[in-house]
Amino acid sequence: MKRLGKWRLLPLIAVIALLAGCGEPFLSALQPAGEVAQMQYDLMVLSTLIMVGVIAIVTVIFIVVMVRFRRKSKDEIPKQVEGSHTLEILWTVIPILLLLVLAVPTVSATFKLADVSSMEKKNEDGKSDALVVNVRANLYWWEFEYPNEEIVTSQDLVVPTGEKVYFNLKASDVKHSFWIPPVGGKMDTNTDNVNKFWLEFDPAKADEAGGIFYGKCAELCGPSHALMDFKVKALPRAEFDQWIADMQSVTEPVQAETADAQAGQEIFNNSCIGCHAVTPANTTPEQARMGPNLTDFGNRTLVAGILEHNEENIKNWLKDPESVKPGNKMTGKYNLSDEEIDAVTQYLMGLKVQE
Amino acid sequence: MSTYAQKKGVGAVLWDYLTTVDHKKIAILYLIAGGFFFVLGGLEAMVIRIQLAIPDNNFVSAGFYNEVLTMHGTTMIFLAAMPILLGFMNAVMPLQIGARDVAFPFLNALGFWLFLFGGLFLNLSWFLGGAPDAGWTSYASLSLASEGHGIDFYALGLQISGFGTLIGGINFLVTIINMRAPGMTYMRMPLFTWTTFVASALILFAFPPLTVGIFFLTFDRLFGANFFDPTMGGNTVIWEHLFWIFGHPEVYILILPAFGIFSEIISTFSRKRLFGYSSMVFATVLIGFLGFMVWAHHMFTTGLGPIANSIFAVATMAIAVPTGIKIFNWLFTMWGGSIRFTTPMLYAVSFVPSFLLGGVTGVMLAVAAADYQYHDTYFVVAHFHYVIVGGVVLAILAATHFYWPKMFGTMLNEFLGKITFWLFLIGFHLTFFIQHFLGLMGMPRRIFTFLPNQGLEVGNVVSTVGAFFMAIAVIILLINIVITSVKNVKVGNDPWGDGRSLEWAIASPPPFYNFKQLPLVRGLDPYWIEKMEGKKEMTPAEPLGDIHMPNNSFIPFMISLGLFIAAFGAMYRLDYSWGLPVLILGLLVTLLSMFTRSIKDDHGFHIHKEDLIDEDKGRKA
Repeated sequence: MKRLGKWRLLPLIAVIALLAGCGEPFLSALQPAGEVAQMQYDLMVLSTLIMVGVIAIVTVIFIVVMVRFRRKSKDEIPKQVEGSHTLEILWTVIPILLLLVLAVPTVSATFKLADVSSMEKKNEDGKSDALVVNVRANLYWWEFEYPNEEIVTSQDLVVPTGEKVYFNLKASDVKHSFWIPPVGGKMDTNTDNVNKFWLEFDPAKADEAGGIFYGKCAELCGPSHALMDFKVKALPRAEFDQWIADMQSVTEPVQAETADAQAGQEIFNNSCIGCHAVTPANTTPEQARMGPNLTDFGNRTLVAGILEHNEENIKNWLKDPESVKPGNKMTGKYNLSDEEIDAVTQYLMGLKVQE
Repeated sequence: MSTYAQKKGVGAVLWDYLTTVDHKKIAILYLIAGGFFFVLGGLEAMVIRIQLAIPDNNFVSAGFYNEVLTMHGTTMIFLAAMPILLGFMNAVMPLQIGARDVAFPFLNALGFWLFLFGGLFLNLSWFLGGAPDAGWTSYASLSLASEGHGIDFYALGLQISGFGTLIGGINFLVTIINMRAPGMTYMRMPLFTWTTFVASALILFAFPPLTVGIFFLTFDRLFGANFFDPTMGGNTVIWEHLFWIFGHPEVYILILPAFGIFSEIISTFSRKRLFGYSSMVFATVLIGFLGFMVWAHHMFTTGLGPIANSIFAVATMAIAVPTGIKIFNWLFTMWGGSIRFTTPMLYAVSFVPSFLLGGVTGVMLAVAAADYQYHDTYFVVAHFHYVIVGGVVLAILAATHFYWPKMFGTMLNEFLGKITFWLFLIGFHLTFFIQHFLGLMGMPRRIFTFLPNQGLEVGNVVSTVGAFFMAIAVIILLINIVITSVKNVKVGNDPWGDGRSLEWAIASPPPFYNFKQLPLVRGLDPYWIEKMEGKKEMTPAEPLGDIHMPNNSFIPFMISLGLFIAAFGAMYRLDYSWGLPVLILGLLVTLLSMFTRSIKDDHGFHIHKEDLIDEDKGRKA
């Protein structure tokens, strides 16, 4: 009997071992790196444990049935049992109790995760004390606007660790969904309304993940849905403040330094600036912000959200965007020679608000 | 009129099937058409798994992949699983209640042809500029933004085949309410008949919201309406509601008949009556009812707010209770029984733990706060394949082996059947179990590729290997069907030897009028009761008399063909000048066919008593 007890525990231990530490720390929901993800992970473990219990009971009955009740002779006629009230009540009531155990924390967590009251509280300036980020999802890129700080950036979300960050979420073309697996569950960006939720980024876990988390679009949005990634730089509060200040200090487009880059800037101003801003102010209306803001482009972690950030990849991306992200909105919007693209690349690599 | 038992030419057979109103022949048509679409959907699944075998794969392009994933889901749900189940319902349910046919044989044929023409229309998109690419859910903002005619094929095709399904559902409801043999009370109906009944009620209430949703979508895309355009006062979330008010009951429309099939098989091959029959019936009805209360659990991340999310979370969890009751009742039917592991029984036995895994992940998904992590990831993909493949497809494969002798009078090879079973079961778990973890490790669903170094390589290659196992299993099943049909060794009434319900009391395949005399039903498992008393057949409930039968008709085919033509007209109306005339022509074909049906008296025909007696003598001689 003791042995059986140990064997029964085996799947339990196995499940917890399987759940913990699966995948990469920058992408896996099984390595929670924040309050929201932790709450969700705890619910996962609780529900898994209850369910493993159910599976264990069914498995035991199943094995007994399979072993004991095989047909032994052709003529045997088993007793025709109608049912059993005791058993039926038992397997109705016990599941109800198990579900109650699960339902209470579920409802409580659902309300906690939806509590965005701090972002509604405004101080004298009409701004909230909490950090708010307006996320705008587009085919196939992400814009992050900091309304209190009055700046805009794209593709790389920069956030402070150790505090609640509040999000306004919406889409400008078709529905997308905003998801940073290690930090918390997703929320859809609708075309009809603004959704709100919050996340918290754990400082220690952010270090473990190398300071960068991967974000994904989780709602089918067209051919390049799979490539609509973004990155999250989770910084200590001081570094975050520094980044904000450095961004805010850019009020005019930064002049390129080398001759190549200056040529590139000129081409950029003729061909690209209609869609891509190189100043971070959020004063232009949303409709005019047709492409990702490139103010801090030189510090991006990846090109187009998916390619390693180097000159080679920027050139490839600019030469033939369609081959990198099918269905993107930049294809065919400009006509530049290889030399011009080289120059623009030089210019773009120099766009850094921080060294 | 009664031309059965005569050898006929190919043309005559074809015409017979084009005009048939016999539920058994319509069942065969459903199986052939559904089987064809099942293979097609399976090929699409293989394209998906090959593309995802390795990171950054270029087997198919991004846009084509979206078409394949959309068509895989749409085909499997609407054109494979549901028609094949409707096929088994048609083949078996009237026999189980001791009826000579369904209530409306003409409508039965119409339902099939509408489904087939809708399905063909949808699949013609592959050759006419590209298939739909917004997923089987076709969420409004994306489906309105989608270029070309793919989504129009989706909307019009599903509309036509949806009418067919709705007609089929109503027909079954009326049949079960009105046409049960003497003594066949509701609480003596076999579980498969009960699940057919509840699934048909679900069809009746679930398909109208889909019809409305697709109507809106069609008018937005083709006729300039703005139901889903937020800039014009429309709302895309409405589509999500309409779709899931249909979509969630839809999964119960699929799984309840599967439950019914397994209840029959488990009881038969355990030689025991179903444990807790009345609680099984109660659980079926309760699942059907609750199925309408939970649709918003597909929309936890849409932003409905914590109150709606909590209510729908708890309601969803509640469904686990009746489902659990069923699992335990199946186990206790086998407990104390005398189990024989035939191919159908192997499927039934393996279904219990496989479906349980799908069920428990369902409860996990109901935890709204945690669902924010699971939603739209491979965890969900794993979950619904565990319930649909581990439930519905296993049931379809089991029923194919179980009812094959009843439908065709010959047994599928058991040895090949068991090989198919093991390959399929192993392949199924290999493909889908690992996907739970892929989802939790950060892999969203519906992605055409994934990037290297994100920890997703191993899981995906394992999953692809599993898919090949399932493909080989299906090929062996097809070989089995061919071999069996060529050999054509005829079997008797009750080929499995353990039949319990009425269908096993008559010949395999049954004569076209089913029961010469309607049987007298004396309890649950009526044939088993008679067998236990040493009798070979049912006691008749009526003296031998003339049997009234319906005439064949070509009109159902024409009504469906008209809508098929009209759909092309509607779709190309804005592109070509012939669009509008074709639309009108198609509708005219349909309306005139309906008019003909209305004014032409068709009283059917009678099989005379003398013929029935002659036939009896002929068989004995």
